[in-house]
Amino acid sequence: MKDADNRPFALRHFSPAALREALRKMYLIRRFEEGAEDSYTRGLIHGTMHLSIGQEASAMATCMELTDDDKITSTHRGHGHCIAKGADVGRMFAEFFGKESGYCHGRGGSMHIADIKTGNLGANGIVGGGLPIAVGAALSAKRLGKPDVTVCFFGDGANNEGAFHEALNMASVWKLPVIFVCENNGYGMSTSTARSTAVTHIADRAVAYAMPGVTVDGNDFSAVAEALHIAIARARAGDGPSLVENLTYRWRGHSKSDRNRYRTKEEIEEWKTRDPIARFQAELIAHGILDAAGAEAIAEAAIADVQAGIAFAKAGPSPDISEVTRYVYAEH
Amino acid sequence: MNAMPSDSATRTLSYAEAIREAMAIAMQADPAVILMGEDIGVYGGAFQVTLDLIDRFGPDRVMDTPISELGGAGVAVGAALTGLKPIFEFQFSDFAMLAMEQIVNQAAKLRYMLGGEASVPVVFRMPSGSGTGAAAQHSQSIEAWFGHVPGLKVLQPSTPEDAKGMLLAALADPDPVMIFEHKLLYKMKGHVPEGSYLTPIGKAALRREGRDLTIVAGSIMVHRALEAAERLAADGISAEVIDLRSIRPIDHDTILASVRKTGRLMVVYEG
Repeated sequence: MKDADNRPFALRHFSPAALREALRKMYLIRRFEEGAEDSYTRGLIHGTMHLSIGQEASAMATCMELTDDDKITSTHRGHGHCIAKGADVGRMFAEFFGKESGYCHGRGGSMHIADIKTGNLGANGIVGGGLPIAVGAALSAKRLGKPDVTVCFFGDGANNEGAFHEALNMASVWKLPVIFVCENNGYGMSTSTARSTAVTHIADRAVAYAMPGVTVDGNDFSAVAEALHIAIARARAGDGPSLVENLTYRWRGHSKSDRNRYRTKEEIEEWKTRDPIARFQAELIAHGILDAAGAEAIAEAAIADVQAGIAFAKAGPSPDISEVTRYVYAEH
Repeated sequence: MNAMPSDSATRTLSYAEAIREAMAIAMQADPAVILMGEDIGVYGGAFQVTLDLIDRFGPDRVMDTPISELGGAGVAVGAALTGLKPIFEFQFSDFAMLAMEQIVNQAAKLRYMLGGEASVPVVFRMPSGSGTGAAAQHSQSIEAWFGHVPGLKVLQPSTPEDAKGMLLAALADPDPVMIFEHKLLYKMKGHVPEGSYLTPIGKAALRREGRDLTIVAGSIMVHRALEAAERLAADGISAEVIDLRSIRPIDHDTILASVRKTGRLMVVYEG
């Protein structure tokens, strides 16, 4: 909602410094993913990866009010969540490159990256895998008497997994401090929500679990931040979970094997006109929080950070072959 | 000179009582230990193993879950990842089939995928095995499946003493542990030491010495094997019986030492 000066929620609620930092991280997410894509093409990264370019506002605005003690569970499309929660891109690249200096000592890679110190319990290779885990993290906070909340990121595809329904039900029955954030980018791999999901809005599912559900424009930073502000306040007050649906779009394919046969070029181009970074930047400039030179400096700094991150990752040591089974079990 | 046996040296409990005692000791000692499962509260669990624990520890620590095995197991995994030590009871081990994703993809692999930066100290209690007449979906022995999953530890106690000591050992272990309890053993009585003690994970027990044949068995089949060894003895055959106790990790040393001696190996397994 805007005030009398036509300022949206986020611009009233957060300091100018925090807003500029948010824009910096959104640029960092995009440049990081472009850097990862380029590194993959150069053979520096094995396997596959799932890029979230075009979804940066959803990741960043969702994490605005979270502390390092608050937890998130992430998804296979989780690079943005990781950066938004506070991860260092150098250690992220190192993880993607399979290096010991990575967040998970090179064992997790893109699909399992986690950063426990900033409360990121990890990306997940299984659609819906993080949903019950997030409820468990919220249960820990409640039982151990901590004020922490857990944000559970998931995609539209996960809303048709049984784990989604079981997790939302238990979170509501036990009134746990968890916020379910659906990043609805329109497609579970190639299958559109229209063909896979019986309800028009995934937030409509909230009714079945007696919690608030809201659908917002996920490319509108302030709209996402406002929805999360309300949901986090409810969770911290002990009033239970909420479901927030961020409508967004991934510009890239599902993964590296995607040939975009299920959507048109026109559709992709149309969504690019709703670039969440450009929108947020324009808003900050319009309200005097940033000028054009400042925006340019932030964008340039993100490029430099990514270049430095890649250099750090390249220089790191690879795991030794003698440690191939290390970390399967705790070392006594 | 040996002391006279004290009351504690002859104290007997049933297998179910021994498990319950282990849970109570752990909950008393550590507020992070919680119980989760279907009908484990006032009902006491389908096999009455958690009977009365809700009265002692309250519904916040003895949590009845909805009939949501996948979600419930996942909540236990997430809680274990963030500071609690949940003991999750599957009402029947057969129902773990509904939760394979959380057990195999999440609990077992998280520590490895995170490069050792976190652990999942969850214990899954698994009432298992046949003999109750409950037919094909309530009688399976699926412990060997889980023995194939790196990251899990898989135990099967054959006595009340081990049932208690294994549960306490599982709780002291930072990795996810599955304990397969045989439903027909719940009422079996046996000596159980008082207080806290840990049955070592990954160590088999020699239950009967022999020269001619090594029988490796687990859970209720240990008792069947001991009966068979008695009959074989009458025929002049000396069978050695090893209680495997731990499927993963497996105690190769004890098995190999026995087979080197006897030259023959028989595996007795209900599944």
